[in-house]
Amino acid sequence: MMERMPETKEKILSITDLWVRQSGHVVLESINLELFAGDFLGIIGPNGGGKSTLLKAILGLINPDRGEIAIFGLPPAKALSRIGYVPQKTVFDRSFPVKAQDVVLMGRYSRVGLLHRYGKEDRDLALEALKAVGMEDRAEREIGELSGGEQQRVFVARSLVSDPDLLLLDEPTAGIDSAQQTEFYELLSHLNCHLGKAIIMVSHDLTAVSTYVSKIACLNQRLYYHGSPELSNEDIEKAYGCPVEMIAHGTPHRVLREHD
Amino acid sequence: MIDLNFLSYEFMRNALLAGLAAAALCGIIGIYVILNRIVFISDGIAHAAFGGIGLGYFLGYDPLAFGIGSAVLTAIGIGLTSSRARVSEDTAIGVFMATGMALGIMLLTLSQGYARDLYGYLFGNILAVTESDVLLILLLTSVILALVFLFYKELLLLSFDPQYAQAIGLPVSSLRLMLLAMVAFSVVVLIKVVGIIMVIALLTIPGAISRRHMKSLPSIMAGSIILGVLFVIIGLLISYDLDVPSGAAIILTAAVAFFLSTLLSR
Repeated sequence: MMERMPETKEKILSITDLWVRQSGHVVLESINLELFAGDFLGIIGPNGGGKSTLLKAILGLINPDRGEIAIFGLPPAKALSRIGYVPQKTVFDRSFPVKAQDVVLMGRYSRVGLLHRYGKEDRDLALEALKAVGMEDRAEREIGELSGGEQQRVFVARSLVSDPDLLLLDEPTAGIDSAQQTEFYELLSHLNCHLGKAIIMVSHDLTAVSTYVSKIACLNQRLYYHGSPELSNEDIEKAYGCPVEMIAHGTPHRVLREHD
Repeated sequence: MIDLNFLSYEFMRNALLAGLAAAALCGIIGIYVILNRIVFISDGIAHAAFGGIGLGYFLGYDPLAFGIGSAVLTAIGIGLTSSRARVSEDTAIGVFMATGMALGIMLLTLSQGYARDLYGYLFGNILAVTESDVLLILLLTSVILALVFLFYKELLLLSFDPQYAQAIGLPVSSLRLMLLAMVAFSVVVLIKVVGIIMVIALLTIPGAISRRHMKSLPSIMAGSIILGVLFVIIGLLISYDLDVPSGAAIILTAAVAFFLSTLLSR
C-alpha cells in the first residue's frame, strides 16, 4: 500500500494497525502510516474523522485499543522530547501575563524536566526559536497583544525550542486571516526544507495543504494514503463519503490526478 | 483617632501575624485561582472545610486540623471526580459544598454551646486566633510558598495551556491536584481570618486588582501581596476601632479598593 522510500532516509514514525475506540465508537480503524526524515505529510478529512485523535495517539495522550505507534522505535511517552506539538487553537486567557519569549520557554520543559529551572541556554534557545519563525522583535510583547497569526508563530517557536525532529500541527491556521495563512504555510515549508523537520499537519484546508505538503492522506476513521502529494478522487470520496470538488493550484503539487 | 496601642495586646499581635500570612497566601495562591479559573472550586473547598471543623468540635479535637483534612479531601475529591468525567465538575462542587456545610452545622449544634464559634467560623474572628493557630498558619504558609517556588515553571505551564502541557509530558493531573490541595490549605488559613462565607473575596480581590496594573506574574503576585497586607491592616484597625467583625471589615476594605480600581482604570 505504501510507497517505499529510499533506504537512506531515517524512519521517524511508524504506526501499525492502530485502532482507537472512544465511548464505544471506533474513531480510528486499522491505521497504518510511516513517516521518514524530511517528510511533510498533510492529513485532511471531515470534522470528527479522527484527525485530532490520531495526533493525540502519536503524542501518547490516548492509549490505542490495538496496534502500535513507534517514534524512532520508541513508544510515544519516551519520545516526547523529539516531538514538537502545535495544538488546535490554543485556548488561553488573552490577558494572561506572559511575554512571547516566556511562552516559547515553556517548550523547553520536555528537555529541562520537573523541578529544574530554565537556564541561560534555554533563554537563548527561546530567542533563537523566535528568530526562526520571524518573531524575534515580538519577544518582549505580551502574548495576548499579538495577532492570531503572530500567536500561532510563537506557538510554532514553542514547539521548535526543544529541537524536535517531528512537528505535529493540528489545524494550525484556524482563525488566522488568509494573508497570514499563506505566510504561515511558507514558514512551515521553510522549516521542512531548510531545517529538515518532518511535519505532520492536520487540516481541512484542502487547497493549501496540497500546495505545500509532500505527501497527503485522507482520514475518516480509516486512513486513505498513497505516499504521494496526490489523492485520487475515490480516496477523497471514500473519506468524505460524498463527491468532493476541489480546485487546486497547478504547481507545485496537485491534489487531483489528471482525469483519464 | 486610631489607637496604635492595640499591638500591646497579645490577641492583636496574633491577629496581625495570621492576617499577614493570609495576605501572602492570597497574593500568590489567589493569582493561580484566577488564572486557572478555579474560583468556584475554591469556594466549594472553603464550604466543605466546615464539615471537618464541625467534626473536630464534635469529637473534641482541634477543629482547624480537621478543617484542613476535609478541605484537602474535598480538593482531591473534586479533582478526581472531574478527571473521571462521570459527574461534571460544577455538580461535584455543588454537592461537596452543601454536604460540608450541612454536616458542619449539624455537628456544631450537637456539640452544645458553641454557637459563638459557629458564628466565628462562618464570618471570621481573627481576634480569636490563638498562638497555636498562628504557628499552624505560619507552617502552612511556608509550605505553600516553598511549593510555589519549587514548581513555579510547572504551575505556569499548567495555568497557561494545560492541553499543551500534557502533550509535552507535564504530569497535569497530579499538578492540578497539588494546586487544589494548596488552595485547600490556604482556604483553611483564610477561614480563621475572614470566615468561610468571605474566603473567596479575599482570595480573588487582591489578585484581580493587581492584575489590572501589573504585567508580569511575579510583579502581579508582589502587588497582590501588598494589597492583601493593606486590606488586612486597615480592616483590623477598623474592626478594633468600631468594634465590628474583623472579616467583614477586611472584606469591605478590599471591596472598596476593588470598585475604586475598576472606576479609575476605566
